[in-house]
Amino acid sequence: MSASEEKKRPVRWHIAVFLAPAVLVYTAIMILPLFGTLQLSLFREVEQQQVFVGFDNFRILFGDPRWSESFWNALFNNTWFFIIHMLVQNPLGVLFAALLSSPKLRFSVFYRTAIFVPTILSFVIVGFVWKLILSPLWGITPDMLDAIGLKSLFAPWLGKPEYALTTLSLISVWQFIGIPMMLIYAALLSIPDEVLEAAECDGVTGMSQFWKIKLPLVLPSIGIISILTFVGNFNAFDLIYTAQGALAGPNYATDILGTFLYRTFFGFQLQIGDPNMGSTIASVMFLIILAGVSLYLFGIQTRLRRYQF
Amino acid sequence: MAKATHSLTRSFAAHAILAAYTVIALFPVVVIIINSFKSRKAIFRSPLSLPDRDSFSLIGYETVLAQGDFFLYFQNSLIVTVVSLFFVLLFGAMAAFALSEYRFRGNTLMGLYLALGIMIPIRLGTVAILKLMVASGLVNTLTALILVYTAQGLPLAIFILSEFMRQLSADLKDAGRIDGLSEYRIFLRLVLPLVRPAMATVAVFTMIPIWNDLWFPLILAPAEETKTITLGAQVFIGQFVTNWNAVLSALSLAILPVLVLYVIFSRQLIRGITAGAVK
Repeated sequence: MSASEEKKRPVRWHIAVFLAPAVLVYTAIMILPLFGTLQLSLFREVEQQQVFVGFDNFRILFGDPRWSESFWNALFNNTWFFIIHMLVQNPLGVLFAALLSSPKLRFSVFYRTAIFVPTILSFVIVGFVWKLILSPLWGITPDMLDAIGLKSLFAPWLGKPEYALTTLSLISVWQFIGIPMMLIYAALLSIPDEVLEAAECDGVTGMSQFWKIKLPLVLPSIGIISILTFVGNFNAFDLIYTAQGALAGPNYATDILGTFLYRTFFGFQLQIGDPNMGSTIASVMFLIILAGVSLYLFGIQTRLRRYQF
Repeated sequence: MAKATHSLTRSFAAHAILAAYTVIALFPVVVIIINSFKSRKAIFRSPLSLPDRDSFSLIGYETVLAQGDFFLYFQNSLIVTVVSLFFVLLFGAMAAFALSEYRFRGNTLMGLYLALGIMIPIRLGTVAILKLMVASGLVNTLTALILVYTAQGLPLAIFILSEFMRQLSADLKDAGRIDGLSEYRIFLRLVLPLVRPAMATVAVFTMIPIWNDLWFPLILAPAEETKTITLGAQVFIGQFVTNWNAVLSALSLAILPVLVLYVIFSRQLIRGITAGAVK
């Protein structure tokens, strides 16, 4: 249709009708509160009045000893949480996907379904189940380690500050490994047979076929998984809260930005909640996630070559 | 011959790795469920054995059913999930139709605006969302949760559905227009039935995070009569933490509905994730 034709047309109200409900709900409940939170981070309550303080809350969060120690601790822990996911979850996900995608493998539907089971469970279940299983009181883990002669390795992992965060990260990996597995599996299946046949004709088979042909072709999917993991990790809260409580014990060793935000916003024990500092932390999380997503969209995604078959 | 042995070893190794991880994935769930049917003594004496006539006991389930209001929690979760899902699918399909069917000024911009929410989690706006809910008197109502989850689910739903609707043939819709169908009827009668498979995929993706969410029930609706099953189980287990029978039974009761749903919908879910890969 040409532009002049479009001008003659009456207003197409149905487009507005189709768009209105989604746009209204999305704007009112998601976009406006997001900006509202960013705005609240620039204010402080003084004698029950909201006073504009500019970036002072951020200065306090980064620099004031009462806040900065908890903040940098949470940020550091969160980064470690993310690193463990990238090092363990994604390589294992690729491995399982590669194994599952071999065409002659039997029971592959069963494996796929079973490995995905933890992903559908709620954090409450996952947190408590692992807490019970790792509990020295119940003794399932020490008994099992004993059976293979490794009992000396056992420690109450969730209770020791030096192990707790890594243990929780691995529990989170256990829960979410199904997602990278499935996405990579899908990407591997979509590689055309001709490409693989051509590789075989050239004598590229087995492992070298995986490294030289398949892995480069699924790199865009690995990119998507990395950014999904990044957003999910820097927004995580539930698992730590159910397994360790709002205090993210022992001694804040498992505190991440999500639990720190919750405690600041709602208060805990003797400290009362502070919506303005809560907003400040949420804004920092927003900026971190925005930076990660932008880096992915403009820095990585455009450089990954996509193959159209 | 050498090649055959080689591939046999390889497939054996593949099975060994996958089977080992399957055990790791399922073991915790199985341990919890079998121990929930045992007496307290047996839970500690032999945690890995199946319940037999001596150790079988339903005492945990009795405590759970007597103490917690799990039926109410379950009902709340069901209402919140089903109603949010309905709105996500309806509003999402409408917006996706507008974006994929009509050319209008700002189409691309609107698409980008609506896609923002896929990457930026709604949780970051919690402080202002709570303020909004307090101002409108919606705190401790299921409506608050339904509104939040509808907003949360829309971006991905619109994205997936509009990708799908772009592939529908234009001839069919034009034929409908020639027959005098209004745009609304074309959407309801022609387009909606055709995108049903994509709707099912979106439904599964939307449903799981809503059912499992702890953050918003904890903040927006922590009252006894509006607790969802996820929050209810969390609070109950926190209170009964030393009563192992009760904790194990509560966990099993929380696992079972999800597991049953998963077994029913796993094909749909997996097909959804691997969509586009099926040639």
